[in-house]
Amino acid sequence: MSILINKDTKVIVQGFTGKEGSFHAEQCLAYGTKIVGGVTPGKGGTTHLEKPVFDTVSSAVKATGATVSMVFVPPAFVADAVMEAADAGIELSVIITEGAPIRDMQLAKAYATKKGMKTIGPNCPGIITAGECKIGIMPGAIFKKGNIGLISKSGTLTYESANQVCQEGFGISTAVGIGGDPIIGLSYIDLLALFEADAETEAIVMIGEIGGDLEIQAASYIKTHITKPIIAFIAGQSAPEGKRMGHAGAIISGSAGTATEKMAALAAVGVHVVQTPAQIGTKVAEVLKK
Amino acid sequence: MNIHEYQAKEIFKKYNVPTPNGYIAFSEEEAVQNAQKLGGNIWVVKAQIHAGGRGLGGGVKLARSLAEVRTLASEILGMTLVTHQTGSAGKLVHKVYIEEGVDIADELYLGIALDRAKEMPVIIASREGGMEIEKVAHTSPDKIIKIAIDPFIGFQPYHGRELAFGLGLAKEEMSSFIQFASNLYKAYIEKDAELIEINPLVKTKSGNFVALDGKIGFDDNALFRHPEIEAMRDLTEENLAEREASQHGLSYVKLDGNVGCMVNGAGLAMGTMDTINHLGGTPANFLDVGGSANAQTVATGFKIILKDHNVKSIFVNIFGGIVRCDRIANGILEATKLVNVDVPVIVRLDGTNAVEAAEILKNANIKNIIIATDLNDGAKKAVAAANGDIL
Repeated sequence: MSILINKDTKVIVQGFTGKEGSFHAEQCLAYGTKIVGGVTPGKGGTTHLEKPVFDTVSSAVKATGATVSMVFVPPAFVADAVMEAADAGIELSVIITEGAPIRDMQLAKAYATKKGMKTIGPNCPGIITAGECKIGIMPGAIFKKGNIGLISKSGTLTYESANQVCQEGFGISTAVGIGGDPIIGLSYIDLLALFEADAETEAIVMIGEIGGDLEIQAASYIKTHITKPIIAFIAGQSAPEGKRMGHAGAIISGSAGTATEKMAALAAVGVHVVQTPAQIGTKVAEVLKK
Repeated sequence: MNIHEYQAKEIFKKYNVPTPNGYIAFSEEEAVQNAQKLGGNIWVVKAQIHAGGRGLGGGVKLARSLAEVRTLASEILGMTLVTHQTGSAGKLVHKVYIEEGVDIADELYLGIALDRAKEMPVIIASREGGMEIEKVAHTSPDKIIKIAIDPFIGFQPYHGRELAFGLGLAKEEMSSFIQFASNLYKAYIEKDAELIEINPLVKTKSGNFVALDGKIGFDDNALFRHPEIEAMRDLTEENLAEREASQHGLSYVKLDGNVGCMVNGAGLAMGTMDTINHLGGTPANFLDVGGSANAQTVATGFKIILKDHNVKSIFVNIFGGIVRCDRIANGILEATKLVNVDVPVIVRLDGTNAVEAAEILKNANIKNIIIATDLNDGAKKAVAAANGDIL
């Protein structure tokens, strides 16, 4: 068991033949991910990395039965690619691209939701089910198989914490980098629910950061829905206040999005909150060995 | 990206969002000429900096004669304006906006921002114009009206009615206010704004709605399709080192401490700062070298960090993923040849090929490079080195 993806998941790559798409698709294939093809408009009918290339997502889905897409197209074309995937019946789109305009993502996310397609990202390292399937740009080798679910806004902190967890003798069931953009796909609450229901996952590591109030929302969800232990770190306690012109963004949620506020909200619902990322591994060990 | 009030008002005008007439001036002479061009007998001299609270800081003054325009412009131009948003160092005023006076009958607040939870723009309005909206939200949240706009349908007349009735406007004022809000929303969407604030939005004695102030922040990710916005960038408002960093693909923010930080990834960079703080040190900066740390980016990182003379030690904290640590180690060695690094450099490399990387650094035997085994060890050593301890 794991969440969202496993060894049988069939994946297509949007932006397959580009530099980034090629490099990371090759790494994913080496990890064992079932990449069954890719999409690059105008290159349909050719072969890349020994896999078929299609002009459209719908033709790729028809021919391969893929259910997941990994998106590497440039920022200006991300929304288009995501909406195309949603229309073609893809179930999960993992958007790696960094720098997609916020307005585009509002539309793409809303359309994906309407079509019943889940999204992860953008601007994220992707998702990995240890030992089975890697859809993203993370270094696969540090994710040893195990029973800890990992949810993180930050890429390198995902690696840092997975590494610490594994060095303590534990392992990862599935790790998801949700991305730190204002508009993101699957978020803490969605993934906490999936991990709670996953028999393989015993505990959850949750990495957040300053800005927005997703972690605060997660805290109230945890209180009523999550029974598994959660270890959390919020990055940015020492960050200076952003050079924002005003705080209109923050008053919407009634929260300033500070690390302190988020840490307090999580601690109040029984989450094991650590002060520095260096303490994640030892805290996991301490909580699970109790 | 942020712009000045006068630039925001140029955009408002293009979208038929009414603003008072005004002209930008770089000298007192120009200020007087602008006032003459505007005519009338009352003008406002407004400092143009990227920060709110200018009025309270003494950067916005009323002039009742051309002579007074001259005096006020000469006072404000070149002053260092300190407001609650500038920090104690304040900001140097390079230009003033000369605007015609307006007969104010009432002051409102109108803003548009992204509601992250709803994932759509939200229009925020309040009768308490001129006040800080954060304070209003805190003391009397019932006085704030929030209307989320589904981007699939855009601004509809009913959104406007909700705002107008919510603000308790008189019947005869409704249609012009709704038009005002609708035009502003159009500007927000078409220009890829992240935040627009008009505070105050005034009702004049003749019953018109006018944007007396204007702030716009734009989505940096969308600037590629707005060269006209990019052209409004004011380099004097940006920190030099931060700008140089961004030109090299690095993300840098200067802070007040003495431990320089060079990290890959924004989250880990913040986490590194947090760890330094937790151990009693103070980070000198946030620096994210991005996904591909190589000799060139590391060398640029060293250069930028060392421009800050408070820096007493540098903590290089890299988690090598796809980029292997041995390559990064070689990059660091090369970078030390390109830049004269005269403070202790604590290096923590973890991830793929970390063992080989440690070997490379050890064999290079450079006096001020100190190897750390993990994040905590590295932060500890960096804080100690910054305190003058010999490692």
